[in-house]
Amino acid sequence: MNGLMILIPIALFLGFVGLAAFLWSMKNGQFEDLDGAAWRALDDD
Amino acid sequence: MACCTSSDLAAPEPGLASISADDIRADSRSLGNGVSQITLSAPAIHCGACIGTIESALGSLHQVARARVNLTERRVLIEWRETATDAELAGIIATLARTGYAVHTETGEPETDPEFSRLLRALGVAGFSAMNIMLLSVSVWSGAEGATRDMFHWISACIAGPTILYSGRVFYQSAWSALRNRRLNMDVPIALAITLAFIMSLYQVINSAEHAWFDAPVSLLFFLLAGRTADHMMRARARSRVSGLGRLMAKGAVVLQDDGQRRYLPIEAVKPGMTLLVAAGERVPVDGVVIDGRSDVDRSLVTGESAVEVATPGRALEAGVLNLTGPVNLRATSDAKTSFLSSMEAMMTEASAAHGTYRRIADRAAQLYSPVVHLTALISLIGWKLAGADWDFALQVTVATLIITCPCALGLAVPMVHAVAAGRLSRSGILLKDGAALERLAKIDSVVFDKTGTLTTGIPALAGYTGEAATLPFAVALARVSNHPYARGIAAGLADIPAATLADIGEVPGSGVEARSSDGALWRFGSPRWAANDLARTEAAVVLTRNGALLATFRFQENLRRGAFDAVAAVKSLGLATRIASGDAEDRVAKMAARLETDSHAGGLKPSEKIALIQREKSAGRSVLMVGDGINDAPALAAADVSMAPAAASEIGRSACGLIFLNPDLHAVPDAIMIARKAHRLVVENFVLAIAYNIVAVPLAVLGYATPLLAAIAMSTSSIIVVANALRLASYAPRRRDGGSPAAIVIGKGVPA
Repeated sequence: MNGLMILIPIALFLGFVGLAAFLWSMKNGQFEDLDGAAWRALDDD
Repeated sequence: MACCTSSDLAAPEPGLASISADDIRADSRSLGNGVSQITLSAPAIHCGACIGTIESALGSLHQVARARVNLTERRVLIEWRETATDAELAGIIATLARTGYAVHTETGEPETDPEFSRLLRALGVAGFSAMNIMLLSVSVWSGAEGATRDMFHWISACIAGPTILYSGRVFYQSAWSALRNRRLNMDVPIALAITLAFIMSLYQVINSAEHAWFDAPVSLLFFLLAGRTADHMMRARARSRVSGLGRLMAKGAVVLQDDGQRRYLPIEAVKPGMTLLVAAGERVPVDGVVIDGRSDVDRSLVTGESAVEVATPGRALEAGVLNLTGPVNLRATSDAKTSFLSSMEAMMTEASAAHGTYRRIADRAAQLYSPVVHLTALISLIGWKLAGADWDFALQVTVATLIITCPCALGLAVPMVHAVAAGRLSRSGILLKDGAALERLAKIDSVVFDKTGTLTTGIPALAGYTGEAATLPFAVALARVSNHPYARGIAAGLADIPAATLADIGEVPGSGVEARSSDGALWRFGSPRWAANDLARTEAAVVLTRNGALLATFRFQENLRRGAFDAVAAVKSLGLATRIASGDAEDRVAKMAARLETDSHAGGLKPSEKIALIQREKSAGRSVLMVGDGINDAPALAAADVSMAPAAASEIGRSACGLIFLNPDLHAVPDAIMIARKAHRLVVENFVLAIAYNIVAVPLAVLGYATPLLAAIAMSTSSIIVVANALRLASYAPRRRDGGSPAAIVIGKGVPA
């Protein structure tokens, strides 16, 4: 039971970090040009 | 990169509005610190190499502060320094043109899509909650008991509550607006099931009962939002690509002011009585009368007439007419609100109002489905109570029934198929603007084609010539300098003949082209009356003369759009009636109908007569697909059950259509019909699968065997099956008829007569 008290908050916190990262990247236009991003990864410079 | 040579893209069409420095300034938005930003669409962008080419070409210009390509939307964002001169701004467009990308300003307002980011955020939140709740549920299913189980349930409740409020909004709002209009749509049973499942679970948890269903409504939300987001994304992408197609109509006009100054005014500021300058290659901005100058004008997009006419002072021209060869001055007789174009818009509004509202398949299914499900749940509640069960158990069974019958698969059945179909169509170069168009396309009985610009291209094909082969290089040299359709037809038809060297080449608007050869002879190429001394000898449209003596004559026929022949045959083989409805002269239409073997034809139609023709079809109980491009087609496109337009159609025509095809090939029409029919079949299959699932699952739920675990498994499985079935459409290949089209032969080579 004591283990759960620590583990569950940690699990939820990590989940929240993922969600926050997703919302942040959406706000920053990371999803605006998915096709272009795929190609830009191949750019040398 | 090799893919950049792909010829399957929309070829640059003649007659697109060119972008001037004034247009750039008018469309730009200042970012402060001396930099302005403009977004231009470039439909030819299609791979990673394009990104590099454009960005490095623009980056080397000193007037450009930053350039960034968006490959998904096929747009270029350019930040330019406000110190740039007009010439430097025009240099940006010229640079893009040199690298091979024609760019346009946006047709409509550059739209941000708040609905899409709302869906995506809701999907993200639902995904987060579904994962966490599912982990907690798995712990419960694997045997957590007592206080631990209650704690897991409470944590689940704390996550599920806000999620349902936040992510469920999409469905609640849609359900509410349907109910307010006294209708039922698919979102009504969804909203009801989610709410009831949550409230019942909460009730169970408060009583520290064994079962709670928090995972069900949340994962249901996640699945449904995924389908809806995919559907929305496809449509938004199609819409954005349609608005990125080049604009044909002028955004502004060059006005000659009383003091002799020229000024560029936006189209809304043009008033009747103003004097407008229309350069060769531009479209007439508003209705007007020619007061000075002489030119050839192409009215095909406006009235559907394919013959080029000569405009001389006194001639009235409608907005949208393309000025081909020489500059003319016009006196405006209308403003943007009262021009020919706006009268077409009024007819369109009327025609689409008479349409009636179309009820989507999903909503019709919901109409049948909701009462059945809710009655079943109610009956099982009453049944268990009468059989002596306590309230707790009876309610538990009721909720289990509602959850397990929750239209998860039904809610996905249509949007998933539509999203996949839109992707499949887009790979064939067809943009689907809304899903209802796809449903209606599957149901059509007859196809009405416009002729000029739809079955034919704007450029006449060289049908034959008389005269010696040695004179042809001179004809080619003269034809290449002109924008006149006949000249372009000859230049295309005799493309492999090298041009002769001629000096002093000049175009005489309304007549032809003339030049001198090294021996001082005057060569003329154009209308017989102007070029030849004795015009009695020929009926040809275009002649070549040397010092007035006739050397060669050229005959033309209308150039069929690529694939037109096969497309009409394929449409007929699908069991559909084919008709031509054209504004062009009756005899030309009859000839075309005979060549393509259509079932019937009508020529010389005014826009209102085209509507009447479509309405006659509809009142005979037939469902009509209209394929057209012109301004005069727009009302008929709006009146038809579903309509298609080529990418080169007028803006007003495109806006009236549910589908736009980008390839120059007309085979897009039968392809789209076949894909729509296949999609319809898959939607029906998906409904059958979803209903079959219910037939198995409902008795289990009603009899009280449905545990939360069973419900979660059953629901997810049915959703996945429906999605997998929809994905079959992605690899669907519409069957094609093979065989040479006669049009292809005509374009290729000149055929000696």
